Formats: sequence, C-alpha cells, structure tokens
Amino acid sequence: MSSLAMREAYGRKLAAYGEINQRVVVLDADTSSSTLSNFFAQKFPDRFFNIGIAEPCTVDVAAGLALGGKIPVVNVFAALLTLRALEQIRTCVCYARTNVKLSGSYAGVSDFKDGPTHHAIEDIAVMRVLPEMVVIVPADEVEIAAWLPKIIEYEGPVYLRISRAATIKVFGEEPAVEFGKGVLLREGKDAAIIAAGAMVGRSIEAARQLAEDGIQCQVINMSCIKPIDQTLILQTAQQTGAIVTAEEHSIIGGLGGAVAEVLAETIPVPMKRVGIQDKFTGTAYDPETLMDACGLGVVDIVNAVKDVMQRKAE
Amino acid sequence: MSYHPESLILELEEVARQLRIDSIEMIHRRGAGHPGGSLSAADMMAALYFHQLNIRPQEPEWDSRDRFILSKGHASALLYAALGRRGYFPVEDFTQWGSLNTHLQGHPDRLKTPGVDMTTGILGHGVAVGAGMALAACMDQKGYHVYVLVGDGECQGGIVWEGAMVAAKYRLSGLTVIVDYNDVQLDGAVHDVMPLEPLVKKWESFNWMVLQINGHDMRQILEALDTALQIHHCPTVIIAHTTKGKGVSFMENKAVWHGVAPNDQQIKQALRDLGKE
Repeated sequence: MSSLAMREAYGRKLAAYGEINQRVVVLDADTSSSTLSNFFAQKFPDRFFNIGIAEPCTVDVAAGLALGGKIPVVNVFAALLTLRALEQIRTCVCYARTNVKLSGSYAGVSDFKDGPTHHAIEDIAVMRVLPEMVVIVPADEVEIAAWLPKIIEYEGPVYLRISRAATIKVFGEEPAVEFGKGVLLREGKDAAIIAAGAMVGRSIEAARQLAEDGIQCQVINMSCIKPIDQTLILQTAQQTGAIVTAEEHSIIGGLGGAVAEVLAETIPVPMKRVGIQDKFTGTAYDPETLMDACGLGVVDIVNAVKDVMQRKAE
Repeated sequence: MSYHPESLILELEEVARQLRIDSIEMIHRRGAGHPGGSLSAADMMAALYFHQLNIRPQEPEWDSRDRFILSKGHASALLYAALGRRGYFPVEDFTQWGSLNTHLQGHPDRLKTPGVDMTTGILGHGVAVGAGMALAACMDQKGYHVYVLVGDGECQGGIVWEGAMVAAKYRLSGLTVIVDYNDVQLDGAVHDVMPLEPLVKKWESFNWMVLQINGHDMRQILEALDTALQIHHCPTVIIAHTTKGKGVSFMENKAVWHGVAPNDQQIKQALRDLGKE
C-alpha cells in the first residue's frame, strides 16, 4: 500500500500548485479538514472560500468565480457533489461551460466508516453523461499529483475523483498523463483488464496471480474515463479478445459501461465488469475489507478474467 | 431626492415601452415565451441597460464591464429586446428567436448571445453565481458591479438563500439583487403557492441592505440603483413591487399569461395597449 492517502497527496499538490498559478481559488463545503483542501486554505487564506454545508451553492459560486477569471477548484464529498449539486454542475458548469474543477473526495467506498450515505458508487456514471465534462480517476497518490496541474491548466469542466484512502501503489514516479489516453501497464495476450482508481493496483495483483497459472493478462490504467481512449480499447480487444473492467463504482454506467459502449458498437468481444453490483454497500473497519466484501477483490478480478477467457474459447 | 432630470425619466419610460413591444411581438411571432414576467420587469431592464450598466455593446467581453444575470431566464424575450436595442446585435435578429441555428436560444445562453453574461433558465442560480462573480471582482479590485434580476417565485428555492448567505459573509457590496415581486407564478399567486412574506425581513435577517420600490416607477428604480452603489458594507437587494403582465390590459395579474403566447387577435390588443397601432 502507498504510505500516503490519495486525499493527502491531492491536498499537498493543490497547495503547492497554488503558488504556480495565482488564478487558482479553492472552495469547500465544510469538509476542508477531510478533503484536505485545508492545506491550500492555510497557505492562501484569501483564495479559499468555505461555503458551508451547501454543496449546490458551492458549485454556483465557483461558476461565478470562473466567469470572473478565476480557476475555482471545488472540494466536496463525491456523493454530495455529484448528486446534490448535479443540476448546478449540468447547467452552470457544463452547459454554461465555466472553467470549474470539481474534486469529488471520499469516492467509492473509501469512507468505509460512514457507509452508503457517504459512498459514491454512481458518481462516474452521472458525471460521464454530462456533455463537456472530462472525468479523471487516478490510480494512486502519484498519479493524482501528475494529473492535478494538467486539470487546472485545461480550459473547461473536469471531474477529478479522489479516494479518502491510500491505494496499492502503482507508480514509482509521476507518469506522463494525457486527456483521452489510457496507459498499458502490463503486456499480455490472453485477456485484458481495463481498470481505474483503486482497482488498478488490485488488477496488477490479479494479473500477477493469473501469470502463475500461465495466463498472460494485459492491465490498462484508464484514468481518463471521459473522453475514453477508444483506440486503445479497440487495439486491446483485437489483441486479446477478452476484456474485464475493474472499478470501485457501480457496474452500471461507469468505466465498465464506457468500455462496453465502445466494444458493443465495434468489436463485441466477451467482456465482464468487476464493480459493485446494483445494490447499496455497507460499513467496515477498513476500506480494503469493505472493497473485498463489495465484490472488488483481487479474486473477483481473477475469476472475471477466467470467465471471459472461457467465453472466448467457446 | 428627485435629482434625475425629467427628460431622462421620460426617455427611459419610452425605452421600457419599446422593450415591452419588442418582447410581446417576439413571443407572438414565436408562439412561445413568457410574457407576464417579461412585461413586469421591463422598466428595471430599461433602467439597467440604458442608464445604469457600465457596458460597451461593441465590446461585449470588455473585462471591466458591469455584469448582469437574468436569473429568471424565462424572461429571455425581454433580455434579448434590451440587448438588441442597446446594440449588441441587430434588432432584425429578434425574428430568429427560438429557431434552429440562431444565437437567440429559448433561454439565455452566454456562449451564443453577445452580451449575455450567464446562461440561465433553471431558476435559483443567479444569486449564488452573482456572488461568485462579485467575489472575483472584489479579489482583483476590478471595480465592476454585478446585478442579478430574480423572480419572486424563485425565492421559494433554498439556493437563493444559500447564495444570499455567501454574499453577506463576504460583504459583497458589489452585488445588487433585484426581486421582480409581481406576486404571480405559473400555478397562481405567489402568496398562495408558497408565501414569501415577510420578504423584507427575510433579506434583512440575511444581513442584506433592503430597498423597497414600485418597480414601475422609473425615478424610484434609478434612485434605488444609485443608493445600492452607496452601500459599501453589504450586498443590496431591491424588492421591486410590480404587476405581472404590466401594460397589457388582459394580461395584468393573470397567472395564465406566465408562459403563453398571445394569438393573432390578442397581439393586436396588446400592441394597442402599449401604444403601438
């Protein structure tokens, strides 16, 4: 596991980048000590706005700041940001195309203590459906640091999904990241796992275990879920003929949905989505145990790969 | 207090009459739109666009311009009338309103229409977005003022008050909100659907400076807008008591005219009422 929680890496990078780009302003909805936007707040108190427990208003104020030439970064728990403030995001950020950056913290089931009210398992689906929106789901704390400057300097709405927890470490040093590009992390000819977020590390582990059984499995980090890298998906479908997606999100509408849409209209190879089934989650003592219990275990990925390979053979 | 010359008052009243004529003609031609709330706000819009706002129609993106948000975006006909008459685009464009491939969308779209500072149409956003704009102006000491025109029914929504708290917290004196208080909304009288009273006390308790005027009295409108600029410790709200459908006899105070276009017979009467034969 990484020694640094994703949110902490994010908070530190945001505070650091505030020095580099003076147009950056940061908003939070009374969660700055949780999202860790408070690192920025301590460094730049005049550029930090705590709007209180009013997420829709926070997004609207950010839209106004963007129209005033600022680059606002909104920090709210992902579940509240993408559901309670969804109409604000659609109308005042996406349709009006204001230069607002949305950081959805505590995403997936990473807020293991609080349970389904605070879990975001539908945020990728609702953000992905919005025209103009870019959706980024980094795999670990190193990739977050790589994405953040890119996101801030991009002109337009971006949703950045951040885990409360530390994830399995994927990157040693900051990778080159690019909008609309997935990255092949591991070669293989038998099947491919396309993963995002905390599931990337688990997918690498699954591929390692599969290799012990003689199965050579690709692993792709698809941290940019929208726009999705169609070219890479088609290439991997042709190379392997069997695809598994893995995400800390509902199996409906997220990365799995995005990949399925591409495949169904082009090369419909056997595919399986590893994610949270269409049901609410629960609480646990730690995030890793909860992820396992939600069907996000390494074993679930391994079984899914075997399943698609069998269907390919048939 | 009557320091504005009578000639200015008469001139702006004439502009308001023209904006009403333009609005009702546009709505009739399109067979769709919101006449009631366009007519009720026409005097305020005339005052803003033809006197108060520091704007450059030939340079719509001028950085130091005053900003205006039509939070009650369904009164788009009135906004387009004001922008066209002020020279942001040819008044001939009025005939294109609502057609495919026009810059004049059903509801205001900041990316399509020159002079539209914020996309609106869903009620409730103006105060919070305006607070963000005023905050940015304040940070950069740009000096421009932000005006937001909200409907009364809109004040039934919580986000208006969330935005009001933000503006008060940051003492955004560069923000002025005007409430078009015509007391009529889609389903009936505002005081029946969901009463707002005591509205003055509500805004006062949110730490805003509150001014109350007759929203059809040009002198009162101008004086209130001037007063708002003299307030330097908090945002100002102007509660403008108006008549829905003002100026068209059969539309006044009738909820049915919230979002219905006049037919070919009715438009003749409407234009007669507005002094255009």
